[in-house]
Order: sequence, then structure tokens, then C-alpha cells
Amino acid sequence: MSATFTKAMARNVFYGGTVFSILLFLALTFHTNWKIPQRTPTETPSLEVARGKLLWETRNCIGCHTLLGEGAYFAPELGNVYQRRGPEFIKIWIKAQPTKVPGRRQMPQFHFTEQQLDDLVAFLKWTSEINTENWPPNIQG
Amino acid sequence: MQLQYKSQAVAKPYFIAAIALFAGQILFGLILGLQYVIGDFLFPAIPFNVARMVHTNLLIVWLLFGFMGAAYYLVPEETETELHSPLLAHVLFWVFLIAGVLTVAGYLAVPYATLAELTGNELLETMGREFLEQPLPTKLGIVVVALAFLYNIGMTLLKGRKTAITLILLMGLIGLAVLFLFAFYNPSNLVKDKYFWWWVVHLWVEGVWELILGAILGFVLLKITGVDREVIEKWLYVIITLTLVTGIIGTGHHYYWIGPPGYWQWWGSVFSALEPIPFFALTIFCFNMVNRRRRQHPNKAATLWALGTGVMAFLGAGVWGFLHTLAPVNYYTHGTQITAAHGHMAFYGAYVMVVLTMISYAMPILRGREVNPERSQVLEMWSFWLMTVSMVFITLFLTAAGILQVWLQRIIPNPQPFMAVQDQLAMFYWMRWLAGVVFFAGLAVYLYSFFAKDKPEAIEAGEAHPSVT
Ligand code: HEM
Ligand code: HEM
Ligand SMILES: [Fe+2]
Repeated sequence: MSATFTKAMARNVFYGGTVFSILLFLALTFHTNWKIPQRTPTETPSLEVARGKLLWETRNCIGCHTLLGEGAYFAPELGNVYQRRGPEFIKIWIKAQPTKVPGRRQMPQFHFTEQQLDDLVAFLKWTSEINTENWPPNIQG
Repeated sequence: MQLQYKSQAVAKPYFIAAIALFAGQILFGLILGLQYVIGDFLFPAIPFNVARMVHTNLLIVWLLFGFMGAAYYLVPEETETELHSPLLAHVLFWVFLIAGVLTVAGYLAVPYATLAELTGNELLETMGREFLEQPLPTKLGIVVVALAFLYNIGMTLLKGRKTAITLILLMGLIGLAVLFLFAFYNPSNLVKDKYFWWWVVHLWVEGVWELILGAILGFVLLKITGVDREVIEKWLYVIITLTLVTGIIGTGHHYYWIGPPGYWQWWGSVFSALEPIPFFALTIFCFNMVNRRRRQHPNKAATLWALGTGVMAFLGAGVWGFLHTLAPVNYYTHGTQITAAHGHMAFYGAYVMVVLTMISYAMPILRGREVNPERSQVLEMWSFWLMTVSMVFITLFLTAAGILQVWLQRIIPNPQPFMAVQDQLAMFYWMRWLAGVVFFAGLAVYLYSFFAKDKPEAIEAGEAHPSVT
């Protein structure tokens, strides 16, 4: 790098560029958070959905599955499982775990109550109705 | 050789803990890799999600140990003054280590839901999100340790010389701590939750951590090449400018399909497509400095690690990042083995390697010698190649698996279900696992290199020819 471009100049460009980027990012963030309510089924999820989300978190489902493409890649995408399988299948599936098929990937048994299963399904339904710009490409996730 | 400042010695336990936890991380990586192909391996004792938490959390914790050790080592030398409080650094070491070990023990000992209950998750629901799985007390512990650590470093900086390297390091560390606070924000609206989750994850690895990386690498290059500080620091400013100008808005590459407005496909694609530039600048920087070196530093291993960081960070973050960052591509690759391939090479190439660079440079001095004996260095360089080449293969096998997965599950006219596709990828997963075993062997050689001494004949030969260094 040439001698006319000094360290002090480089430092000033750094501060200027960083502050500008942060401000632009914050502006986009405000706009996005203002838009999110229109892109989710409800702005504040119902109590049922919120409880379902907590169950999702405290069982660490994200440690095996993706949700809207984020998480682990060991087990199927669940952002659209409500459309793929429907509410009844989801509940039966969870209750039937683990399959114990030798050599097959296993999902734990969580001993959920009926109420908890309904909460989880409500959360998955809410999630499946988020405007994801048509992702995933097809029902298989 | 003596330490220039006594208090630099506190870095040593940090580096030792980092390496020990690294070994644990890789062990659990091997368990995960086997569970991919032998689905019920260790089930129900260690379900996949538990092993994965251990694998990724150990990674983050040992990298943080590495960053803190690096800071404690380089800040006294840069500021030309003793550390503000070596005692505080020692206390924090034990607090962080015990918190880390207890957390991992908790993951393994009880079901995650029980852990959440035992640790008061209902007070503030922060658990159960990828990488941020730690119970509330651990998260609070991380904040306390980070604040006390920043206080210690900050006070040292205040009373001493203020170089660009320490300033950049400090900005990176402050950013790391501040952004972690978003781990405590978990709204019930999933889209908002995900939006700000990335402020920890993306803005760490593609933002403030790159400042830490630049500072550490700049310091080591300064020491081993003897190149003019002005040149090195000017480079650093250019690199971190490029980093933050591309990386901050580049966060948008995670906002394509999780609910935010569609315009993020433009913002994210354009800015993140530029993110490889700072990584490329880093590569050029490393080679340039080593080529212009004013001295032949006898620590060949450290030089190798530094150059390796330059290359592998660019490959893993720059090339493999670019591969799937444009929205039309990411639409198909999002959340597949392509993501895992990139995550592995980027984390290894940038952050694992920079910490190992620092350890390679500093650890011999912390152990009272300028450099390690020849044989120990040769072994360390062997471990460099074993780990680096096997990581390249892990990445290639996962990329192959990912391409096939995308094809079968997302592109062909009759897309197949996830599990059916996984069965067809088994061969690639086996090869990934074998590459992982080689990685582990490399790590074993690395550990052994710390204890290797020159063979007696070699020492005698060295003494007979004192000119040989
Ligand atoms: C023996 C070598 C290793 C093996 C076999 C291995 C295996 C795995 C597996 C199976 C996963 C879970 C993927 C999933 O969610 O489905 C994973 C995740 C991960 N591993 Fe490793 N790993 C190894 C080494 C490493 C190393 C050296 C690093 C760091 C440089 C690392 C960093 C990560 C990260 C960051 C994730 C999360 C990836 C993501 O979310 O995309 N692993 N690893
Ligand atoms: C050292 C720097 C980097 C590290 C450590 C890193 C690591 C990671 C990890 C672990 C993930 C997976 C996150 C998850 O679990 O969901 C990820 C995702 C991603 N990274 Fe990076 N990355 C780095 C730099 C980059 C760069 C420079 C680019 C772009 C040029 C990039 C593009 C992406 C994209 C597009 C995704 C999302 C993949 C998906 O849609 O599934 N990364 N990165
Ligand atoms: Fe990112």
C-alpha cells in the first residue's frame, strides 16, 4: 500500500465506514420489525403458540431438526410439517417415539400431555403460516 | 527465554484449557458423525441433540478461552505494562472453566427439559436456541466473566501504550460481549427471535470476531516477521473496514426465508457477496508480511499456522461462504449439508487456526524457551497438515453430500422425503467420519508435540555444531 495512504487515514475510513454501516443496518432493522407483524399470522402469538414455542425450546428440538432451514441437519425440516403431515399425524408421531428400528436415527420420548401436544401443534401451525418468500422449494422441506 | 512481562504468564492456563476442551469437542464430533450413519449409536444415553450441544458449545467455549489467553499474552507486550490484575485473570479462569464444565456435565447428566427446570429457565426463557443452549446461570456467568475480563484489559490499556493492535482487539472483544446480550432477548414471535438471534451468531463470526482474528494475527506476524508496525497496522485497518462494511449488512443473507421482507434478498446477496474480500485481503496480508520479513524466526510452526490461517479462512469463509450466499442459490441450499460443510471449514480455518497460531507462538515462551525443540516443531507441523487436510476432506465430503441432498430433495420433479434422501448419502457420511478420525489423529499428534523432546543424538549433534539453530 502506498505511502500516501497513511495509517491515520485508514483508521478514519474504518470509523466512518463502520458507523455508516451500523446506521444503515439499524434503519433496515426498524423497517423490518415494523413489517414483521404483517408477515406473521399474528403479531403476538396466542398463549397456546407461546407455550408451544417454549416446549420446542426446552426439549431442544432444534438440536436435530431445522425450523425454517435453521438448526441441525439430522432430522426433517419442521417449518412446514403442519402442511406435510397434518396435526393428528404430528401428535401420533411424537407419542410413538422412539421407533427403536435398529440402526435408524432415533428421536427421544418426551412424555408430553395432550395439552402440551396441542400447544406444540399450534406453534408448528403458526410457524408454517409465516411468509417465507415461498421457502422451502417443495413440501419435502 | 524470559517473558517480557511477568503477568503474561496468566495466558498459560487459558491455552491449556482451550486445548483440552478442543479435544472434547472433536470426540463429540466423532460421536455425531457415527450417529449420522448408525442412527441409534449411544441412544438413548446420548441423543444426537445432546452430543451436538456439547460439540458446538465446547467449540465456542474453547475459542473464547483462546481469545482471552491471547489477550492476556499480547496486551502487556503491546501496552508495555503489566496486566492490571493477574489475580482477577486467575479467578476468572477458574470461574469460566467450572461454569463450562458444569454446563456440559448438565447436558449429559439430565434431560434438557429437566436442566431448564433446575436452572430457572422460567425466570427468563433463553434456552433451546442453536448455539445459545446454555442455562441461564451459565449465560449470566459468561456476561460476568466478559465484563470483568474487559475491565482488566481496559485498565491495562489505559495506563499503557495504545497501539492499533490492542485497540482493534479491544473493539472486537467489546463487540463480542455486547452482542452476546442479544442471547437474552427471546420474544415469543419466532421471526423476531430468529432476527435477533443472528445478531449474536452472524455478527460474531462475520463481524467482531474478525477484529479479534486480525489483531491476533497482526501481533504474531509483527513478532515473527519484524515488519514495520505501521505497515501491519495500516493493513489491519483496511481489513477490518472491509469486514464491517460488508459483514454488518451482510447479515441479510440469513433473512431471506425466515419471515423478514423480501428486500433482504437484495441487501443480503449484494453485501455478503463482498464478504470474501476482507478474507482475501487477510490472505494477501499474511503472505506479504512473511515475504517481506526482516528476520528468519526460528518458530517455523507458528509461521506455518499463520499462513495456514490466511489460506483456510479465505477458503472456508470466503469461497465456501460465497458458494451459497446468493439468494437464488441459497433458496436451494439453505439448511442442508452445504451449510454444515461451510460451517466446519470456516470455523476451523478462521478461528481454530488463529488460536492455534497464537498458542504456537506464545506457548514455548510461556514455557521458558523461545521456540520448541526441532522434533516438537516437526510434530506440530505434522499435526497442522493432518488436521488441515482432513478438514478439507470433511468439507469436500459434506459438500458432495449436500449437492446430492439438494438434488434429490429439492430439485428433481418428484422430490424425495428427507429421511429417504439421507439413506442415500450414507457413503459420504462414512467418508466424512473417516476424515474425522484422521483429524482426531492429527489432534493427538498435536497434543503429543507439547511433550516431545529432541532425541539425545540430535542434541549432541546440535552441540557439536553450535552454528546450527
Ligand atoms: C472429527 C471431526 C468432526 C466431526 C466428525 C464433526 C461432526 C459434526 C456433526 C455431525 C455436526 C452436526 C451437523 C448437524 O447438525 O446435522 C457438527 C456440527 C458442527 N461442528 Fe463439527 N465435527 C468435527 C469437527 C469440527 C471442528 C474441528 C469444528 C470447528 C472448527 C466443528 C464445528 C462445528 C460447527 C460450527 C457445527 C454446527 C454447524 C452448523 O450449524 O452448520 N466441528 N459437527
Ligand atoms: C469465519 C467466518 C465464518 C464462519 C465461522 C461461518 C460459520 C457459519 C455457520 C456455523 C453457519 C451455520 C449457522 C447455522 O447453524 O444456521 C453459517 C451459515 C452461513 N454462512 Fe457462514 N461463516 C463465516 C463466514 C461466511 C461468509 C464470509 C459468508 C459469505 C460470503 C458466509 C455465508 C453463510 C451463509 C449464506 C449461511 C447460511 C447457510 C444456510 O442458508 O443454511 N459465511 N456460517
Ligand atoms: Fe452469516
